[in-house]
Amino acid sequence: MSSDQPFVTDDSQVLTETRDARMAGADDRFNSKLREAFGSSPFILTKFDKFMNWVRGSSMFMLQFGIACCSIEMMHTYAVKHDLDRFGSGVPRASPRQADVIIVPGTIVSKFAPRMKRVYDQMPEPKFVVGMGSCTISGGPFQEGYNVVKGAEEVIPVDIHIPGCPPRPEALIYGVVKLQERIANGESSPVVVKPYELEQFGDLERDEVVDQLAKEIDTDDLVMRYNWADSP
Amino acid sequence: MSLERPKDRDSAGVQRHSADEIADLLGDLVIGREEHINAPGYVIPPDAVQETLSLLKNEAGFDHLSCVTAEERADRYESIYHLKKFDDATQEVSVVVPTAKDNPVSQSAEPVFRTADWHEREAYDLVGIDYEGHPDLRRILLPDTWQGHPLSMDYDQERPQVVSLREGANPLQEDHRDDQDSETMYLNIGPHHPATHGVLHLKATLDGEQVADVDPDIGYLHRCEEQMCQNGTYRYQIMPYPDRWDYISAGLLNEWAYARAAEDLADIEVPEYAQVIRTMGAELCRIAAHMLAVATFALDVYGDFTAIFMYGIREREKVQNILEDLTGQRLMFNYFRLGGVVWDLPEPRDEFFDKTRDFLEELPEALEEFHDLITGNEILQARTIGTGVLPPEVAKSYGATGPVLRGSGVDYDLRRDDPYGYYENLDWDVCVEDGCDNFSRLLVRMNEVEESAKIIEQCVDILEDWPEDERNIQANVPRTLRPDDDTEIYRAVEGAKGELGIYIRADGTEKPARFKIRSPCFSNLQTLPEMSNGEYVPDMVASLGSLDIVLGEVDR
Repeated sequence: MSSDQPFVTDDSQVLTETRDARMAGADDRFNSKLREAFGSSPFILTKFDKFMNWVRGSSMFMLQFGIACCSIEMMHTYAVKHDLDRFGSGVPRASPRQADVIIVPGTIVSKFAPRMKRVYDQMPEPKFVVGMGSCTISGGPFQEGYNVVKGAEEVIPVDIHIPGCPPRPEALIYGVVKLQERIANGESSPVVVKPYELEQFGDLERDEVVDQLAKEIDTDDLVMRYNWADSP
Repeated sequence: MSLERPKDRDSAGVQRHSADEIADLLGDLVIGREEHINAPGYVIPPDAVQETLSLLKNEAGFDHLSCVTAEERADRYESIYHLKKFDDATQEVSVVVPTAKDNPVSQSAEPVFRTADWHEREAYDLVGIDYEGHPDLRRILLPDTWQGHPLSMDYDQERPQVVSLREGANPLQEDHRDDQDSETMYLNIGPHHPATHGVLHLKATLDGEQVADVDPDIGYLHRCEEQMCQNGTYRYQIMPYPDRWDYISAGLLNEWAYARAAEDLADIEVPEYAQVIRTMGAELCRIAAHMLAVATFALDVYGDFTAIFMYGIREREKVQNILEDLTGQRLMFNYFRLGGVVWDLPEPRDEFFDKTRDFLEELPEALEEFHDLITGNEILQARTIGTGVLPPEVAKSYGATGPVLRGSGVDYDLRRDDPYGYYENLDWDVCVEDGCDNFSRLLVRMNEVEESAKIIEQCVDILEDWPEDERNIQANVPRTLRPDDDTEIYRAVEGAKGELGIYIRADGTEKPARFKIRSPCFSNLQTLPEMSNGEYVPDMVASLGSLDIVLGEVDR
């Protein structure tokens, strides 16, 4: 390559020789659709954020996060036979700080919601949430329970809902692939429910419930307040 | 015959006490008599709990406090202690302790039976009975800041609740502050942690690498299962929930617990053909459940998603395929009905039998692989033999059951000791190991898989030869069941983790007035501090794995 024109590829030679060699025999390891489309040019022209989206969607680290029944099906999805890794999204990470995607596999109850919120907050941006099973949609079969949060979306925003009790591994794979597709296209989901937030106890509006607990909880403790009567 | 007890513990040799003999033994302590379907009930005053229970334990041999049920009645609160004998599970007795509505204080049974500790905390949490003399009476399932007791009558479910996210405090710091050499460190394990098998929170205090104190904090999956069952009708609406208690594919075993209690309550006779199908399905579930237990135990000890985990899942997939053919579902089967099962074996039957036999044929080879990889592995042996020791007497006092108890050398299996289903007519063994350590519990599970395979094989043969016109899958059960008012029953079956008991009180309507679940994992988990205190942290993780708890059942 001539050194006086550093940024221009003279591909007349390359086109005829290298590509032929690679596509036709001597070295056909790169004989792919991509190679055909791009030719032998070493450059791919794309928008950087589009490229980043494609990368994000193609390599997702999942949080190893088991809650209830659905986590058993989630384990099956990761393991032999279903093998979610085939789709570039099967590396379970035990720490939220290394994960991109959190699959919420189960019923969320009042005691667990603040913890889940904390785990979600610890994940680095951009992060995505897959709600697995009916419990993360509405509370599922336990919706009428006194202790059950009526869906994961009451606590954290959810990108993909997978219905089922529990969903089959195939359904989970479909949901994850759908999420990848959306990420690659740069789409995000609107948050439709106003989530419960972690707030300082002192900032809560004073009412009868707060007054009764004033002795037990310090004003700077983080709390989550559940208004069961307003739950969807 | 394998089902006979070993000579030295023949159940015929266990003394039987008639109801009147027990009444004589208790004497003046008894202020009334009740008749539960499973056992005679003795009403005692709330300040005589310890005296009564120690008499029953020491003089009459009722050494197994299976369950403590608390409930609120129209005019009183009631705690019911369901007692059994480890030597003969068919001998039962209920101790009923009524307390006043305005001041529900009752004496704690904790000094007599250690297992009462958590059971009474749960009773206090959900129903609101106060136990005097309890060492640590605080909420167990609901958050500390919860207001009201949800299973009491005047509970307002609409009331807002505030739950705090508070840092845990080191319970030993005060004691150790002055001592320079033994500084302790407080460590949260969970509720989101790969080694806790779900959402369990262990408040561990470490002294160097050793566990000085561990306090399991549960309730992160308390899904109001008892409330859900109390809101459902007997015939159809309750059956889907048992699948979700122990969700590790043990669905049919759990369904059987409810089916057995409700059938005995409503006096329903299950056709023999249905019992064979139930037995086969239940044992398939047991294999699936134990496979996951073994797989995750290896995961805990080796610390990575290695071959053993994958092999375990591979076997489970096979079982789940068979169960899916049978029930139509992979995990939540909803296959049992009161009086039988919902449908017959899938057609063509030969194909189903072939598939099941193929699985059973390949199973020994797969188990051989497991033995090569796990039990024959020196590393695992070094990690598990002699660690997490649970002596039999301690296990009994905590009400541990299932593989945990059998791994401590106690020969107790409800399938044989309190027979139900078709187990009596089959040839199989109860697996007992007397090492009392993590390794023994692992061995018990591996051996039980073999025994379950034997049971399934016999069931398949029986089902194949069953005459076509006698395939009766369901008894005649009225569409709406209304068991008689004020009948009470406590019945248990051998679930995958141990004794899974159901207490039901009927009030003449189509829904239970009180539905209490005695979860084996709840009692088994209580033994964790006994096994771990003073041991190394990694051994505690191994002990937790060998307990094989499932949080859906611990918290319900």
